[in-house]
Amino acid sequence: MSDGEQAPSAAPAAEPAVLARLRVRFPDAIVGTHAYRGDATAEITPAALLDVCTFLRDDPGLRFDFLADVTAVDYLGSMPRFELVYHLRSIVQGHRVRVKTRVSEESPRVASVTSVWRGANWLERETYDMYGIVFEGHPDLRRIYLYEEFQGYPLRKDYPKEKRQPLVTVRDVAPEQGERTVAREQQRYGRWPD
Amino acid sequence: MDAGPTNPSLTNDLHTQPMEIQMGPSHPSTHGTVKITLKLDGERILDSEVEVGYLHRGFEKECESGEWYQAIPYTDRLNYASPMINNVGYCLAAEKLFGVEAPPRAQYLRTIASELSRMADHFTCIGASALELAALTPFLYCVQAREQIYDLHESLCGARVTTNYVRIGGLQSDLQPGFAELCREKVAAALTLFGDVDELLTKNPIFRERMEGTGTLPADALIAYGVTGPLLRAAGVGFDVRRAEPYLVYDRLDFEVPVGSRGDNYDRYLVRFEELRQSARIIEQALRDLPDGPVDLDDPRFRWPAKGKVFNRMEELIDQFKLVTEGMRPPAGEVYQAVEGANGELGFYLVSNGTGKPWKCRCRAPSFSNTQALRDMIQGALLADVVPTFDMVNMIGGECDR
Repeated sequence: MSDGEQAPSAAPAAEPAVLARLRVRFPDAIVGTHAYRGDATAEITPAALLDVCTFLRDDPGLRFDFLADVTAVDYLGSMPRFELVYHLRSIVQGHRVRVKTRVSEESPRVASVTSVWRGANWLERETYDMYGIVFEGHPDLRRIYLYEEFQGYPLRKDYPKEKRQPLVTVRDVAPEQGERTVAREQQRYGRWPD
Repeated sequence: MDAGPTNPSLTNDLHTQPMEIQMGPSHPSTHGTVKITLKLDGERILDSEVEVGYLHRGFEKECESGEWYQAIPYTDRLNYASPMINNVGYCLAAEKLFGVEAPPRAQYLRTIASELSRMADHFTCIGASALELAALTPFLYCVQAREQIYDLHESLCGARVTTNYVRIGGLQSDLQPGFAELCREKVAAALTLFGDVDELLTKNPIFRERMEGTGTLPADALIAYGVTGPLLRAAGVGFDVRRAEPYLVYDRLDFEVPVGSRGDNYDRYLVRFEELRQSARIIEQALRDLPDGPVDLDDPRFRWPAKGKVFNRMEELIDQFKLVTEGMRPPAGEVYQAVEGANGELGFYLVSNGTGKPWKCRCRAPSFSNTQALRDMIQGALLADVVPTFDMVNMIGGECDR
């Protein structure tokens, strides 16, 4: 809380060590950094996300082995519209960093980090479910809280809170008697993970 | 007829097909409404799929449509087994964003409230586990012990479960007279009841056989899944937010962070067991050191004045009116604040655009990440191992599904 009321700004002098290290390693990928209220934050280009995340996890001086959270923020009206937010912590070394990247409304796609942290699987599914952001390379990207027929993405700012969803009709059942049960179960409960 | 060992129908393996069964969403042991689809070969689990979302209520959307302080009652409903910790987590995040700090007395009372909730959560977890392993008596004792804690919740804020106790910059109310004595008495009564649970469960061979060696996952896999709390500590990693990044007054209190070694269900049980005792120690120290003074911040921009002033003085009436109708105005920015929930790291990520309503109010729920690891924990295990493993994961639907 020592940073006072100042707005986010790049302050090279008092920059946390994590950000300084990132800036040296990825000079072109860093869009901006700040440490508002002491939270080290780096905004990067979406193309560099996977490289930056792999570096953050594997670098012996950083070792961010714990992905605490993945979420998105909808800045409706600004360009690019969506911001993806990753909260990382190093269990061994005890520091935290927040990594952010922006994607546009027309092409809300970004690389999946499931290959870096296994725990990203459900977190990215939730972000897809709520914001409609597609994680490329995700092993099983489908809705997690809502049902397949749900229309729209409820945490987007242009989704009204009172909006009602159409009723779901009865789903078709495969005609063959033998495959009937399996098909019905698969349709109702989703497919098996590979 | 010769039916000896040469008969191929008897010497060949019995041919079976893998069977699919649905466990939940309203199976008696899936408290919190979750569905586990199991693919079984006999009793061996070949594969499984865990489905969550049955309790999704749109927590974030609701928070975004209200003012900053209106999100506090919703946080009660996240982890309803330990509601105070959610209140504390949200208010600490909001205070970090606003750049204010509650007075010392409020910090101590929040610590006491958090630890009471942690005790209630562990009582629920251990009692429900015993119940589902067919031991009804410890469950009744645990519920009785939890009732003692709920009596204390009631004394603090008037409610037993949906507490709504902590405020941004303070607390709902100061202590009732005689709280310290009541608290010592009730915590001691709860621990006495829990001593009986200890004698019934900890060395019970049936209980141990179900718990020991089941649901094991190594520490590096747990970390990769984002698992925290008692599950991670049982695997030998002593990560506890109260110790690693002290908030409130935890850095001034003496307590231990118990860790296990094997990472199985029995170690998870023992870690929770010891944490209960440590929570009681923390409460005792916090009661001893509790300072006098106000519980609310004296700043009309964030915390409205006491009712006596509001009803009798013009300025305070205006302050309250402005605060209720316009809301608090934090600076634009973003913060993440983590606290140690009963099941692990509970984090709140708040984004403000400088208006009276949160632009984004995200809850990082420990149950969500912990439940994700369940599939790996039960892979290749027996069907009967699902029950103790799920119990020790202690998935709380309200928090997992938000």
